[in-house]
Amino acid sequence: MTSGNGTGPKIDVQNLNAWFRNNHALRGVSLSVPANTVLAIIGPSGCGKSTFVRCINRMHELVPGARQSGHILVDGTDLHARGVDPVDLRRRVGMVFQRANPFPTMSIVDNVVAGLKLNGIGGNHAELAETSLQQAALWDEVKDRLHHSALSLSGGQQQRLCIARALAVGPEVLLMDEPASALDPIATAKIEELIRELREQLTIIIVTHNMQQAARVSDATAFFYMGELVEHGATEQIFTNPKETRTEDYVTGKFG
Amino acid sequence: MQRRRAVNAVMTGLCALGLALALVPLVSVLWLVLSRGISALDLDFFTALPSPVGEPGGGVGNAIAGTFYIVGIACAIGVPLGVGAGVYLAERGSGRVGDVIRFTAEVLSGVPSIIVGIVAYGLVVLPMQRFSALAGGVALAVLMVPTLARSTEELVRLVPGALREASLALGVPEWRTSLRVILRTALGGIMTAVLLAVARAAGETAPLLFTSLNNQYWNWRADQPTASITVQIYNYAVSPYENWHDKAWAAALVLLLLVGVLSLAARLLTRQRFGAQR
Repeated sequence: MTSGNGTGPKIDVQNLNAWFRNNHALRGVSLSVPANTVLAIIGPSGCGKSTFVRCINRMHELVPGARQSGHILVDGTDLHARGVDPVDLRRRVGMVFQRANPFPTMSIVDNVVAGLKLNGIGGNHAELAETSLQQAALWDEVKDRLHHSALSLSGGQQQRLCIARALAVGPEVLLMDEPASALDPIATAKIEELIRELREQLTIIIVTHNMQQAARVSDATAFFYMGELVEHGATEQIFTNPKETRTEDYVTGKFG
Repeated sequence: MQRRRAVNAVMTGLCALGLALALVPLVSVLWLVLSRGISALDLDFFTALPSPVGEPGGGVGNAIAGTFYIVGIACAIGVPLGVGAGVYLAERGSGRVGDVIRFTAEVLSGVPSIIVGIVAYGLVVLPMQRFSALAGGVALAVLMVPTLARSTEELVRLVPGALREASLALGVPEWRTSLRVILRTALGGIMTAVLLAVARAAGETAPLLFTSLNNQYWNWRADQPTASITVQIYNYAVSPYENWHDKAWAAALVLLLLVGVLSLAARLLTRQRFGAQR
């Protein structure tokens, strides 16, 4: 499938519910994300933000005791439709985690192409690694030490390495679960700039605790609270003129 | 105040005494083997075949080679089984099947090694109608599997879950993730566990007595009786000849050195692994 079929949204979530055993983590969430836009998801800790993105690449169901109901459509196809392989899906819907998690036993360059190498996919790995590292704005910093351990990089560099690794698989959607929460302001700025550039090619959903960050990088923002989607709209509207008082209280810092 | 200090001093003294007492057997074993064994030790001892009674010279070269050979067979059988079982236990062993395997491994690791020898005798020696290196290897492999499985399980569990998620999120299937990310990351520790299992297996005598038996000559065939250092020590030690007793001590020293080197290598490997993480 190619990115966007011209008509419907890239991602369409319909009445999504998710549970961890008896904990009802997501309650009837419905929203859609057009192709080549950035959706920011904000909300206090434990409101279901991470669970939401982890449903979109079917990582949620790997947790023991996890269940879900409702539908998620990517390019109009239900993720749980017959014949949809979660492994294939995760190549189309990439993910960057809160804490940088490069493979400690691999070099920088091997980390970037890990998605291909581990799956035994051939091709010009060196060239792909360079392109991906350039996309992740890391190439200039690591081009002279591509074969060093990935752990020799700083935290911010490791996180961009993880972004490069996700990009190398060629995803159409990128899920980012608080990608900058463990980084310093300079590294954060780099990641944010990267998100704005990547929007040209990808659809991005970013979970963030940082409201300024949501305002800076996203086209639309969704506010989650206690597992419910409270409000979803254009980022500017959410931050300047929210319809719900709970959203207003949260974005103005009255709670959360 | 005075009393607290006094109690402290007495307790520290008692602990030191306990340590000294615990060290007595270890040091005396080392001293005895070293002092009695070193005299018969020369280069020939490592390379030559055993000499007949009364004849000077000769060595245990075939027994050293045989020990490596039998332990090699044991590794070829036991390491894939033990490590594979350990990975299974760590990755999929949360249910009832896992509990059964874990319990079995625990029981098996407590079974006296001579019983494992009898089992190998029944499984390999009787059908083949002869003692063989293969039978010895099977016996040692059975001894290695449970400990290897349990230590592999622990080591695999130590691999951060974030790495598994990273791999799965890249569209890598679970089995590839287990083998090429999780196992690869735990490999340093598993190597250490394998070395320790090898060191332990190399020191076994009882299961080899009626599986690989012994051999006065060099042997490289898996279906033939094969010498091993431990059985050679046993044979020399129970013989009535003074000259063979000396050789038993020397062979014991060789075995101690071998096991010591393996344990040291395991230690170094572990240290290197933790060093690399910093």
